[in-house]
Amino acid sequence: MASIDVESVGKIYTGGVRAVTDIRLNIADGEFIVLVGPSGCGKSTLLRMIAGLETISEGEVKIGSRVVNNVEPADRDIAMVFQNYALYPHMTVYNNLAYGLKNRGTPKSEIDARVAEAARMLEITQYLDRKPRALSGGQRQRVAMGRAIVRKPAAFLFDEPLSNLDAKLRVSMRGEIKRLQRRLGTTSIYVTHDQLEAMTLADRLVVLNGGQIEQIGAPLEVYHAPASTFVASFIGSPAMNLVKGELHGDRLAIGPAVIGLKGFAPTSGAVTVGVRAEDLRVARADEEALPFRLEYTEELGSQRLIHGAVGDQQVTAAVSPETELASEMRIAVDARRLHFFAADTGKRLPGNVPAEAKLAPAEPVV
Amino acid sequence: MDTKRTTFQNRWLPYVLLAPQLAITLIFFIWPAGQAVKSSFEREDPFGFSTVFVGFTHYARLMQDPAYLDSFVRTAVFAVAVTVVSMVLGLLFAVAVDRLMRSARLYTTLLVWPYAVAPVVAGVLWFFLFNSTTGIIPYYLSFFGVRWDHTLNGTHAMILIIIAAAWKQISYNFLFFLAGLQSVPNTLMEAAAIDGSGPVKRFFDISLPLLSPTTFFLFIVNVNYTMFDTFSIIDATTEGGPAQSTNILVYKVYQDGYLGLNLGSSSAQSVLLMLIVIVLTVVQFRFVERRVQY
Ligand SMILES: Nc1ncnc2c1ncn2[C@@H]1O[C@H](COP(=O)(O)OP(=O)(O)OP(=O)(O)O)[C@@H](O)[C@H]1O
Ligand SMILES: [Mg+2]
Repeated sequence: MASIDVESVGKIYTGGVRAVTDIRLNIADGEFIVLVGPSGCGKSTLLRMIAGLETISEGEVKIGSRVVNNVEPADRDIAMVFQNYALYPHMTVYNNLAYGLKNRGTPKSEIDARVAEAARMLEITQYLDRKPRALSGGQRQRVAMGRAIVRKPAAFLFDEPLSNLDAKLRVSMRGEIKRLQRRLGTTSIYVTHDQLEAMTLADRLVVLNGGQIEQIGAPLEVYHAPASTFVASFIGSPAMNLVKGELHGDRLAIGPAVIGLKGFAPTSGAVTVGVRAEDLRVARADEEALPFRLEYTEELGSQRLIHGAVGDQQVTAAVSPETELASEMRIAVDARRLHFFAADTGKRLPGNVPAEAKLAPAEPVV
Repeated sequence: MDTKRTTFQNRWLPYVLLAPQLAITLIFFIWPAGQAVKSSFEREDPFGFSTVFVGFTHYARLMQDPAYLDSFVRTAVFAVAVTVVSMVLGLLFAVAVDRLMRSARLYTTLLVWPYAVAPVVAGVLWFFLFNSTTGIIPYYLSFFGVRWDHTLNGTHAMILIIIAAAWKQISYNFLFFLAGLQSVPNTLMEAAAIDGSGPVKRFFDISLPLLSPTTFFLFIVNVNYTMFDTFSIIDATTEGGPAQSTNILVYKVYQDGYLGLNLGSSSAQSVLLMLIVIVLTVVQFRFVERRVQY
């Protein structure tokens, strides 16, 4: 059990490639942190620096209160679960679990007890005598988890541990990882590029882009108040609609359409306007709305996604499956559900409606 | 096996295409091998006018001939020594090069060169280096009180051919070990590092067990090599001497048959050698495929 502090950490690989820039992150004891971002954004690099598998070019990493920059991976008191599981192919499951303990001179009886306990927790007791190649992907994944658990480390580090599993298994293993982490209370850092996995697992999300932190926050906070257009489009599925607009006082112009904002305009001039698909709805006849030209639909069962254009900009709305469709429609949005970003930098503008307000149920528009 | 099936328009074309290779195999391998088997059961009179069938006489004689049995033991010593020396050094070089990132290619190229050298040249090279009057190695050995003379001292002669034969084979072993080491996933090493295992322990706990198929394969190949492919090295350096001390089985076949003109016995010896190769090859295919995996 330990807190982890990442202080102004940067990574420059040999050859001069800069992978990570000025990461500051304070992780509380027992917290479940998810690093999420597109491929190549430096998630693994950051995680591997914390693990000690890459040297830290700039800044400091502290585990507990100890600076670990020059501490060997073995002495950092962490355990890591790899994407390809990295099980020792020539050792039985038992020996895979026991290897780290043996290396640390743990007494045999203690090893037996800990392996048995981990195996029971993960329901792999019956496979202890098998070699990894005689296991299914999901079972291997459990063994990899087991290898991390038996060590009782201060922190778990996960690098996309579920991405080799099929969709269904991924969902159930996701739940299991969360359950185990809660039960053991071990500080965890989890890397994924799957935003849904990130949302469901994290106590706090760290959204990375191009080696830098875009936003840190609780999943719903990030969802309801994305700090930038990048986060807005990355977190949530379907991605948040982002369109160019112009604010004139309390009026918002999107292409030829203009709607009133009922006092929720944060600024004036050119902005990028964000709106989640589920916050759009088919407009009543008597309200202000955006003209929507329907292009195609996607059925999700509980919802129907309608894709089309407002002016010349692409927009997707999530509506109920009973909604009547037409090639020309009018869609409306509650002004409080709009997100405003600076047109040039893509940063969220001050004066936006705060996230808590978005969590409240929508009031009927009058 | 699911090899690709090629369809030929003309049904004779495949046979025509195979014919040159088949002809070479037939003329230079199958036919002489058949002749050897045949003459190992025959005795020729001194003038070569007539041959008589003598059954297993040659084989029975060989089994009782102390010179042959000595040669057998010497061959075993030679084969094991060359195999061990060249595999251990090959592995050491592979481990060293595997740790390099930038200069790995350069070292690989340099280390592979000895393999391109013809066996005779390798033999002559070491012969000169070890030459008791002009060689540089005996000169340095003299400081340690060793009076090197492989023309008189059987042990020295054996060491010389072991070094010459092993030197050539290191390259081959190095390449296979290097490929083997590089196919060990890096994350395994990282997982072991996190599991508290240092570089040396990682090598013995992870790399070496994962190299076991390569090691076994190389063991068989090396034994085969030392038993059969070292003829020219011996011919260029010691010619089996002094006093038979480096007269290994292949060389003895040549000496007894070609120089001693005892064709029957020489044929029987070569048939025995052939049997050894066959056994080793069968062991390799049967055993390697099944046992040595993880
Ligand atoms: N050993 C290396 N040498 C040089 N550059 C590297 C090295 N490893 C990674 N990089 C670069 O650093 C950047 C970040 O890589 P990293 O592996 O951390 O990305 P990632 O976020 O984990 O991506 P993914 O989701 O695809 O795993 C990439 O641009 C990559 O090309
Ligand atoms: Mg990665």
